[in-house]
Amino acid sequence: MMLPFRQATHIVHCTMDKPFLLCMEAILRTIDEHKEWLTELDGAIGDADHGINMARGFAAVVAKIAVATEDDLASLLKKVGMTLLSTVGGVSGPLYGTAFLRAGTAAQGKPGLTKEVAGEMLVAAITGIMERGKAARGEKTMLDALLPAQLAFASAVEEGKSLLECLEAASVAAHAGVEYTKTIIATKGRASYLGARSLGHQDPGATSAHLILKALTEFCRAHS
Amino acid sequence: MKKLINKPENVVEEMLLGMAAAHPQYLRRIEGFSILARAGDPVKKVALVSGGGSGHEPAHGGFVGKGMLDGAVAGAVFTSPTPDQVYEAIKAVDGGEGVLLIIKNYTGDVLNFEMAIEMAQEEGLLVDKVVIDDDVAVENSTWTVGRRGIAGTVFVHKLAGAKAEAGGDLAEVKRIAEKVVANVRSMGMALSPCIVPAAGKPSFTLAESEVEIGMGIHGEPGTHREKLRTADETADHLMGKILSDLALSAGDEVAVMVNGLGGTPIMELYVISNRVLHILAAAGVKTIKTYVGNYMTSLEMAGFSLTVLKLDDELQSLLLAPADTPGLVQI
Repeated sequence: MMLPFRQATHIVHCTMDKPFLLCMEAILRTIDEHKEWLTELDGAIGDADHGINMARGFAAVVAKIAVATEDDLASLLKKVGMTLLSTVGGVSGPLYGTAFLRAGTAAQGKPGLTKEVAGEMLVAAITGIMERGKAARGEKTMLDALLPAQLAFASAVEEGKSLLECLEAASVAAHAGVEYTKTIIATKGRASYLGARSLGHQDPGATSAHLILKALTEFCRAHS
Repeated sequence: MKKLINKPENVVEEMLLGMAAAHPQYLRRIEGFSILARAGDPVKKVALVSGGGSGHEPAHGGFVGKGMLDGAVAGAVFTSPTPDQVYEAIKAVDGGEGVLLIIKNYTGDVLNFEMAIEMAQEEGLLVDKVVIDDDVAVENSTWTVGRRGIAGTVFVHKLAGAKAEAGGDLAEVKRIAEKVVANVRSMGMALSPCIVPAAGKPSFTLAESEVEIGMGIHGEPGTHREKLRTADETADHLMGKILSDLALSAGDEVAVMVNGLGGTPIMELYVISNRVLHILAAAGVKTIKTYVGNYMTSLEMAGFSLTVLKLDDELQSLLLAPADTPGLVQI
């Protein structure tokens, strides 16, 4: 993501608030566009409100960020995490909330948003989901999209690709992860008896994770 | 969808206002939060907090009162409440002797309640938890790892509540709660689905004479679908599953709950209880007390659940202790 501070070398601190808000609005738009679909996916094998909950969460995020006084990436990410935590509910709230909180911690003290920092944020977010989700103990959530996405992102960083190219690689891998969830029958954490009912259905959490990555990638492309 | 609501998005808020207005001697609503707490100031005893998604009324707000809960947190319909809500409930009811959270085993409930405990412990509050997983129908479910928590939760509220009322400390109250969890088993079935107000239509359909055995209280799949049988045959089947998981011998003593899911006439619950109590008597098991009614519902779902709690002397005396709440009064 090419932010103003990268081009203006005399600026040491970057003011993140405007681009950050635009980015959150982009995520909200994507979630909102797909909210009925996410809810239908969830209805087939879950509690039928994932789309509604995520849309409510990101609407609250946009409202909070629009009036935020903080302007550093770490604080803004933590604000997103706390907002999602207190508005989404269900399983997704704690998992996405923790993800953004940990991403914020990873961004603490960093001078700017480079691909290396972005990679660290992604690792921190996923680690947070895995630690928090121990209550889920192998339950399929956004990890099916995020784990392959993180590996693809890290490879692209090592290959010297740009931040945008790294995000693109991550998005593609996340999408493959989502498709993969269709091909497996629910196992641990889902009733094995669901069998035929779960086969052919993609995981709603993995789907929303992919949508968020896609929105981040599009935002990066539009602003580089 | 024919419902007696106003705007779907206001259902939980209006319900909470309605409950607090109808039962001011029992309840006070915590301003700005979806929490019902006992009327009056916190008593110096261990406080019990429970809750979860709305839609199971009278659970859990209806069980706030003497002998049972001190606070109940109401999430959106069938959605776990968020950690900040649970944390606020902990603070509101804390009487200085610690707080026990009674959590139904659904991943969302477990995650959100656990985060609230972390938040409370960071502030130096004394908080512990117990997770109830009484449903024997299935081993893992749509969004539960392990067994689901259903109507047996009410027995945890009752017995742990009695222990707290009698002055038990946090470790003792938790021990009783866990003893109930270890000795209670439940299973349900549904004749027709329920409709979440925000969704506007049921998330699944059952054919005219089709039922689902072992369905969860949010409409999660059960063990199988079949043609509706008689009340006796249905009760036999559910009791068979329960008793194969809860070893009972002749001479044992139990408490029984025949719980309506919201859309089943009380008359039918009594037809079922007739059969259930007969089964137990025929096995030489003594039923100390039977609860028949709507305790842990699923909006307008037609169906019922059975709960059997194996008693010893300690549990029996706590079961029979008085309780005074909107949803359960016992002299």
